[in-house]
Amino acid sequence: MSNKENWGSRVGLVLAMAGNAVGFGNFLRFPVQAVQNGGGAFIIPYLVCFLLMGIPLLFVEWSIGRHGGRYGHHSTPFMMGAMDKRALWKYIGVFGIFSNIAIAAYYCYLESWTLAYIWNFISGAFHGKTSEEVSAIFGNYVSLSNGTGGFDIMPIVFWIICLAMNTYILSRGLSGGVEVVAKIGMPLLIIFGIFLAYKGITLKAGQHGAINDGTLGLNYLWTPNFDSIWTPKVWLAAAGQIFFTLSVGMGSIQCYASFVKGKDDIALNSMSAGWMNEFVEVVLGSSIIIPISVGYLGIDKVAELAANGGLGMGFKTLPYLFEQWGPTLSVVSGIMFFSLLFFAGITSSLAMGTPCMSFLEDEYKWSREKAALTFGLVILVLGLPTVLFFNYGVFDEYDYWAGTVSLVVFALAEVVLFSWVFGIKKGWAELMEGADIKIPNVYKYITLYITPVLLGAVFIASLPEIWSKIINKDIYEKIGAATDSTVIAELQKTLLFVNISRIGLIFVFAVIAFMVYKAYQKRLKEGKNLTWVQQL
Amino acid sequence: MGTTALIMMISAEGIIILFTAYFFWKVLVTPPKKEPDSYSDNDLVI
Repeated sequence: MSNKENWGSRVGLVLAMAGNAVGFGNFLRFPVQAVQNGGGAFIIPYLVCFLLMGIPLLFVEWSIGRHGGRYGHHSTPFMMGAMDKRALWKYIGVFGIFSNIAIAAYYCYLESWTLAYIWNFISGAFHGKTSEEVSAIFGNYVSLSNGTGGFDIMPIVFWIICLAMNTYILSRGLSGGVEVVAKIGMPLLIIFGIFLAYKGITLKAGQHGAINDGTLGLNYLWTPNFDSIWTPKVWLAAAGQIFFTLSVGMGSIQCYASFVKGKDDIALNSMSAGWMNEFVEVVLGSSIIIPISVGYLGIDKVAELAANGGLGMGFKTLPYLFEQWGPTLSVVSGIMFFSLLFFAGITSSLAMGTPCMSFLEDEYKWSREKAALTFGLVILVLGLPTVLFFNYGVFDEYDYWAGTVSLVVFALAEVVLFSWVFGIKKGWAELMEGADIKIPNVYKYITLYITPVLLGAVFIASLPEIWSKIINKDIYEKIGAATDSTVIAELQKTLLFVNISRIGLIFVFAVIAFMVYKAYQKRLKEGKNLTWVQQL
Repeated sequence: MGTTALIMMISAEGIIILFTAYFFWKVLVTPPKKEPDSYSDNDLVI
């Protein structure tokens, strides 16, 4: 059986690509990054990084994908192998399957929280609760505790439901599953986002218990501190945000693009999907969580909460604030906010499933249904530790190595392959084949020189942190500072789980690399190298 | 809202809305390419 997937429509492809990029970070990470890095001035390095790193990476990934698709490759090991015959690239391409599997393993759990919170709003679980009680619901949820010392199975139930939904949609294929979800999910996400942004901006002091206008939150987020622009930390934060918001360095964009027909446009499509993500992030993302939180809690408290990240604000704080809007509006707003996060999540997790499935379908001739089921089962097994041992750092460990470090390494490698090994001339010709817009020639030079340097800078700047992680510096420091034997025992347990998680991730990478090796050997036996094309 | 915050917000969001709308509009109005009408058109060109 060969891979006969196709996109049903151009709009479907753009929405699926935009959905792949739009994730939790658009609503929870961007606003927090902005307030912590110069407020309104953050947008300057942010947009510069989008133009110099984000857009070139989109061009590179769409081009690598469609080029691979010409030879029937829909996963990065073989796409990269088709660009340069040295074996190294095939094994670097393993990152493009590995990252998706490892990220999906914890991301689907995160996605399932939104389902649980939608249910909580429907069932009135937050009704009449104090802010501390609402916040505790989240703590209990991730601890699998029912709040009275017993075990709560519901987080596992919601997680399984979420996995089943992903598996089923993936089994329906690109046009029958992924594209349908994107066509429904993205417009709804934007409509819900506009509604919540409107509510956030028009919030008035004294209305529904608010102590400030929502515009004070906007003022807090957008007031520029221009001195911060000269700080390298702010540029790194901006580059990091651009990098993660576009879902580049994962292998999912290449996979989606590999199903674009050889003479169809990728230049305009990539720009449309990329800018759509920016609209959701900057326009909608900045107008919800910060204005509503500042409206109720004030700037000082929000600054304190922001220091702990946007995830806590979204799941611990916002449900309580929505509850202040009265019985009906609180339920409507809560359902809208967590549905918006759910759509943002599922359109991303579906994109994570596709490269793994395509690899199995292309190289091992598995049926789509079998590949989808296998992906679901692998995520179940790999994700279980993140559910059961969330408080022992397993989730964060997956996120750091697969969701952060791997992406930077892979993006750096692919931009070098595209610009310097495959050659910018051939790469540019691939990008411009069938293009519906003219890309300024300056982008050729940006892709050749500036993007690799920027990515290299991001990678080099993160090396000290990577080393600290490798030696578990943070955990050992906590153990050294702790005096309570129970705390020390818990930290030692965390250390154990963190190390086991790492070994598990290395094992997953090794298994995929071995499967790539076997698939390549099989191809050679059949006399099909990576630029072999089936004759019609 | 302060003036500088307002200027930053309107200019940043304005630029993003304009580009998003322009590219998406182009996607919607650009007619699809005709299907290749011969086997030679389907051949791989690298």
